[in-house]
Formats: sequence, structure tokens, C-alpha cells
Amino acid sequence: MSAMTLRFRTSEAFWARSLRGILGSPKAAVALVVCLLLLVIAVIGPSLAPQNPYDLAAIDFFDARLPPLSESMTGGTYWLGTDGQGRDMLSAMIYGLRTSMGVGLFSGIVALAVGTALGLAAAYFGGRIDTLVMRLVDLMLGFPTILVALMLLAFLGQGVWKVVLALVIVQWAQFARAVRAAALVERGKEYVEAATSLGLSKTRILFGHMLPNCLPPIIVIGTLQVANAISAEATLSFLGIGLPITEPSLGLLIANGYQTLLSGQYWISVYPGLLLLVLVFSINIVGDRLREVLNPRLAER
Amino acid sequence: MTVFIIRRLSQSLLVLLVTSILVFVGVYAIGNPVDILIPADASIAERDAAIRALGLDKPLLAQYWSFLTNALQGDLGRSFVFNQPSISLIFQRLPATLELAFVALFIALAFGIPLGLIAGLKPRSVADETIMTGSILGFSLPNFWQGMMLIMIFSVWLGWLPSSGRGETGEILGMTTSLATLDGLAHLILPATNLALFQLSLVIRLTRTGVRETMPLDFIKFARAKGLSERRVVFVHVMKNILIPIVTVVGMEFGSIIAFAVVTETIFGWPGIGKLLIDSITLLDRPVVVAYLLVVVTMFIVINLLVDIVYSMLDPRIRLSDTQ
Repeated sequence: MSAMTLRFRTSEAFWARSLRGILGSPKAAVALVVCLLLLVIAVIGPSLAPQNPYDLAAIDFFDARLPPLSESMTGGTYWLGTDGQGRDMLSAMIYGLRTSMGVGLFSGIVALAVGTALGLAAAYFGGRIDTLVMRLVDLMLGFPTILVALMLLAFLGQGVWKVVLALVIVQWAQFARAVRAAALVERGKEYVEAATSLGLSKTRILFGHMLPNCLPPIIVIGTLQVANAISAEATLSFLGIGLPITEPSLGLLIANGYQTLLSGQYWISVYPGLLLLVLVFSINIVGDRLREVLNPRLAER
Repeated sequence: MTVFIIRRLSQSLLVLLVTSILVFVGVYAIGNPVDILIPADASIAERDAAIRALGLDKPLLAQYWSFLTNALQGDLGRSFVFNQPSISLIFQRLPATLELAFVALFIALAFGIPLGLIAGLKPRSVADETIMTGSILGFSLPNFWQGMMLIMIFSVWLGWLPSSGRGETGEILGMTTSLATLDGLAHLILPATNLALFQLSLVIRLTRTGVRETMPLDFIKFARAKGLSERRVVFVHVMKNILIPIVTVVGMEFGSIIAFAVVTETIFGWPGIGKLLIDSITLLDRPVVVAYLLVVVTMFIVINLLVDIVYSMLDPRIRLSDTQ
């Protein structure tokens, strides 16, 4: 009972410390608000967007490539202009944001789960499991993310789940390495010894006792990796080997505007790019601040 | 030392072998190049002849074996599209990519170290905050979009610099390079900046962290106590100590520059191996994809090996822990 409350308190203090840390810096606080705002827009997007950009009945080809603030044939306003097919850019961006955030968050969470489990196992069991996991981690981290993802997608072909799979494969190693390092420190502590002598199961010790104490590095890396995943997905889609045309993310929208950029129709790629930048930038600011707050080595200075 | 090098060398060879299998299976087991190379109205006999000529009718294992034995003799197959040995295609295009990568690295170091020093010497100052926010911005800017914005601003709006291609090349010391002509330089500026921005942000952070970790150390206090000028303390004592990690990380990041060159070359139409890779993926030109991956992976393995060896020379603990 007392062990339970104690654990509850530490994790409560942990979240409170993180939040207080973020709010302590105006820059990070603004970034957090922007992140949450974009998340809300992504979730309720379809009811917010002026037009369903993928409903062929809603778009009008005669409205193609209109600059921002143009009138539509039906009397509405295209705030951010239209693309080559006559889609309202603002609506297309809201839908693209949904796809980008969905792919980024989902692949980040799966990579976090896989990497954390493997990292914990490596630290707790040691020996061969440790060697095997760490060799794999070394192999993965030896190559740049974008190259491995490129290689995988060159083999797998396009598709949402294939992109998610590729992103998970390139990301898990970061988590595994950080979690293993944190767990190795925790394993030597007395509470693990106490739990072992109480006869608790290995799973319970690993996930119930050690995992909560390894949270800070997981949270920091998780935040930064989601930003990386969103960026990587956009890059892959831009290169034409990421998401298919039927599921346009921000990266694909930017790629569509690449052709028209040279003829001065900047809005087709500038606005989706700005949105992508704001998204990735705010996540990175929050992650960076979290790292400063949660890292005791940096905090004391 | 010899044991350590032999161990690392055999590990590297193993990684290379595993990669070659993965690459081969991945590339050859998925997609059918015959559909792309042979016109749709070709007769079945013509089709079969083409398949036999390309060796695609043999079992996968046999294909891999002939691939491996050929690869060891420097033959990675002929490009389906260019009808040239794929390895020579890669080596024709490699100099353009290396030139781009080195210039980008130079830009990153030339701007990153001074900015990192300014930020690290005055932590929490306005300059520090601005530089560090700028570096997060550099990390966050999607590489390809940033490249497009460079084109939009400097080529479309201002019309100062060309947006695509390599331009005229000249010769310096027997090497063909864009650095030799003004036209070549003009073509080089935008892609190199595009490629450098991410590394620049990294160098700024590394330098700043290094400075902040080194400044409170005793030998710095001692140097000051000796009465050395602040300039000498910073540029000799601090610099010497922070350069080692910077050079190491940047050395390892060189691989990632080569990888990101794929994006830069696609945007700027730079005739290097990255653009060749993307073109080959879209055309299912498998031998070129395989050759690219094997050449690049070999480059990474060699770089990592060199970094490890240099490190083990500098720090005997690494060598000891690995031989145990």
C-alpha cells in the first residue's frame, strides 16, 4: 500500500515538474499551446475545413491555381488560394495535418513501446539478450534514419502502413538505447532488490517498478522523435516514395506545389510548408525544454 | 590493438554481408523490372528472351550467388536503363555528391563553431537565446521545403542564383570541380546551403555544450590565474578541448550528409548519386539501387571503423572493454 502511494507521488511529481518546467519558459509555453491547438485542429479537422478537398463534387476545376483570398465560383473565399486541381488549400492543409500528425504520433508511440520493452529487457536480463539487442541498436544507429527509411520504402512500395512500419524500424533503437541506460542505473538501486526479495514477478518489477523511474528520458526522446517522424514522413512523401496520392500529408502537398513554384504560384507549397515548420518547430521547442528540465545534469547549472 | 582492429574489421565485414543479403532480397524479391523494360506489345518469346538475358529466370539463391561472386570482382550488374555497369554509373556521379557534401560540411563548420562559441561563452544572454532558437529552427526546417524556399527567394524572386544543375566545371589539381568556375560556384551555393543547414545547427549545439562543459574546469581557471588573455584561453585552451568531440561527431555525420544529399539533389537537379538513386527507384532499375546502397553502406562502415580506431587510440578503455 505504502509502496503504491509512494510510486503514485513520484509520478505525480514528475508530471507536475515537466509541466511547471515548460510553463516556466514563455517560449516553451507558447510552443506547447501551439502543439495542442494543432492537435485539436487535426482531430476535429473535417468539421472545421471549409471544403472536403477529396470530395470530387465539392471541388471545381475552374477554380484551379487561384491566389490567396480569391473568390470561388460559388461565392466563398479561398483564404490560402487553390491548388492545381482547384482544391481549397486551407482545407487540404487541415486534412494533410491530420495525416501528418496521425502518422507521426502513431509511429512514435509504437516505436516507443517496442524500444522501451527491448531496452528494459536488455538491461534487466543482461547476457545474450543484452548483446543481441545492443548489436541491433548499434547497427540501426550506424546508418542515417532517412537512408534506412528510403531503403525500406524502396523495397516495400508506397502506403500508409508501410511508412509507419519504416518509421518504427528506424526509431525504436533510440528508445532502446536510452531506456537501457536508464534501467541499468535503476537495476542497481535498493527498491529493485526489495521488490525481488518480496518475490514479485519479473514482469511486475520491470513494468511496475523500473519503468516509471525510467520515464524522463523516454518522454524527452518520445517528443523529439515524433517531430522527427513527421519530418521524415514529409521528406519521404516529397521524394515520391512515402504516402500515396490518395492520402496526402503535408509533405505531398508541398511536393505538388514544387512544379508551380518556378512560375511564381508560391502558395501551393509555401503555406503547407509553413504549417509543417510550425508543427515540427513547436514540438522540438517543447522537447528541448523538457530535456533541460528533466535532465538533472543540466538542471543544476 | 591488432586484436581490436581485427575484431572490428570482421564485424564490419559481417555487417556488409548481412546488408548485401537484405538489399538483394529486398530489391530483387519485390516488383518486376520486366514490366517496365519490355514494351507492352512485345511477344511472349521476346519477353522470355529478355528475362533470360537479364538472368531473372534463375532461382533467387542462384541469382544472389552470382551477384555476390560478381560483386566481389567489382561487378554489381548492368543498369537496365542506361545499359552500363551500375558501379561505373555510381562512380561517375559520386564526385558531384562528394563535392556538394564537403562544401556543405565546410559551411556548417565555418559558421557553426563561431556561433556556438558566442552562445556558449554568454549563456542565457540574448545572443545565446537567439542562436539556440535559430538552431532549433534549423533542426525543424524540413530540408526539402527549405530548399524550395531558397529557390523561390534567390532564383524566382531575386533572380540572383540558378536553381538547378551543376553548371560549368573546371579543373583544380586534376579534379573536375564546380569550385573552379564562377558559374559552377553560383550553381553550388544554394544546394550546399540547403544541405549544410541541419549540420550547422548540430555544430552550434555541440560547440555550445562543449564550451559550457569546459569553461568551469580547473585547467581553464589555472590558465586564467596564470594571467593569460581571455582570447588565448578561449581560442587555444577551450578550442583544443572541444574540437575533438566536434570532429568526431561531424565525421560520423558525414554519412548522414551523403544520405540527405538525396533530397537536395532531387530539388536542385544536382547530377549526383542521390538523384540517380531516386530516378532508379522510380524506374525499378534494381542494379543501380543495389550498387548505390552497397557503395554507401561500405562508405559508412569504413567511416565508422576509422572513427572507432581513432577513438581506441585516444582512449584505451574502449579497446579494453571490447576485447574482454
